[in-house]
Amino acid sequence: MPKNEEVLQQIVDILKPKVSKDGLEVTAELDLVNDLGLDSLKVMEILEDLEDTFDISIPINILPGIRTVGDLVVKIQKLTEDK
Amino acid sequence: MIMALFDKFEQLANTRQAMEEKCSDFFNIVMEDISSATEAVVNGQKVILAGTNNYLGLTFNEECIRASCLAAEKEGTGTTGSRMANGTFSGHVALEHELSDFFGRGQTIIFSTGYVANLAILSTIVGPGEVILLDADCHASIYDGCRLGGAEVIRFRHNDAGDLEKRLQRLEKRNTNVLIVVEGLYSMMGDRAPLADIVSLKKKYGAYLVVDEAHSLGVLGQNGRGLAEEAGVEDSVDFVIGTFSKSLGAIGGFCSSNHPELNLMRYASRPYVFTASSSPSTIASTRTALRVMRAKPELKHQLWHNANLLYSRLHGLDFNVGPEASPIIAVQYTNVKDALVIWNGLLELGIYVNMVLPPATPDGGALLRCSLSAAHTTAQIEKIGDAFASLTGNQG
Repeated sequence: MPKNEEVLQQIVDILKPKVSKDGLEVTAELDLVNDLGLDSLKVMEILEDLEDTFDISIPINILPGIRTVGDLVVKIQKLTEDK
Repeated sequence: MIMALFDKFEQLANTRQAMEEKCSDFFNIVMEDISSATEAVVNGQKVILAGTNNYLGLTFNEECIRASCLAAEKEGTGTTGSRMANGTFSGHVALEHELSDFFGRGQTIIFSTGYVANLAILSTIVGPGEVILLDADCHASIYDGCRLGGAEVIRFRHNDAGDLEKRLQRLEKRNTNVLIVVEGLYSMMGDRAPLADIVSLKKKYGAYLVVDEAHSLGVLGQNGRGLAEEAGVEDSVDFVIGTFSKSLGAIGGFCSSNHPELNLMRYASRPYVFTASSSPSTIASTRTALRVMRAKPELKHQLWHNANLLYSRLHGLDFNVGPEASPIIAVQYTNVKDALVIWNGLLELGIYVNMVLPPATPDGGALLRCSLSAAHTTAQIEKIGDAFASLTGNQG
């Protein structure tokens, strides 16, 4: 099972090309909407990429509880453990 | 400092303002006078309606109007109550029986709108610990129904049976009930679900299947029963959901099934229990429209004739339409501004189509969505095509 740091790095790699703010370093503390400027369509695309990368299905019910990159790391880690 | 109540809508307000500056008509479409199933007056101008989902053109059918008027005179303007209380009239029960007969299924429940039908069924039929697998392009009412219930909700890529199977495989060890939800014709692009493949997977993994035939009722299948009929898989579809607000020209929704337990939803489903039932006039016109639809297959043939005519014209003009003809013909634009220019141009030329903006569009672009009707004349279809043709130079 991947460690949190590995999961974070993989998520950052997926997020980077979707973020339209030039030169912004993606870190765990950043808010997906307010800091990274992601809209709902982009979030859905990111979920699909994460599902492929980690070979998991991500229930959309978890979305209201995810605000930051770090929140996403915790959820992905949990779903990977439950596989 | 606490954020003011409406601050969270700031981005929405800014987007609306910017749109209004470019195209004020978009937010001010009022049908001032509706003279037929295909013509209205908008902003003082007579237009051909090419975006109303009025597939069989039954909104102005004389029998339907007469039945509706008679019901209002005989039973009043409304039921003023829920089906559970005083809102079940003999017409509601009769329509449920007639829909069961039409679909060849044991039972049917009708709802006040198609939106409520999805809310009622999807929020109730599966619950905590169970899973809904829905096509990513499903209608908002399906998403909202899922959200209202307690089941886990997982999307699969649009019309991708391989992606659906991957998700079914991952769920195997959970050993729980899985409900797959797809649509017959997808409302934005007018494409069909690959239903035979989905039925194979449903059987292989022991899942249940809902098909929302909102846009395919009266449009697909030899008898107009939708995609399940056309694909020859009706026996494998557990629940058919649909609406009265498209081919049947009224308002309302339904769910038909051979599972006798469907009737328990009348007691378990809050959107069913706590909504006023449809008015007698609505029920009467819907029952008549269902009879007309069954008796006149030529309406469906005329609809497809019209759809093929416009699709060929737009395809020939190099508009970015979908891969196959359908009564829903959507022209895709990556740039919202380009779509606005064409939409506005069409309106000035007396053609009304739907403009669809993100996030309602499948890929984040904009759509000019036409929906055809059996009531369109060939001359009207040609006029719609001519209007698009005259605007080709304005395409981005």
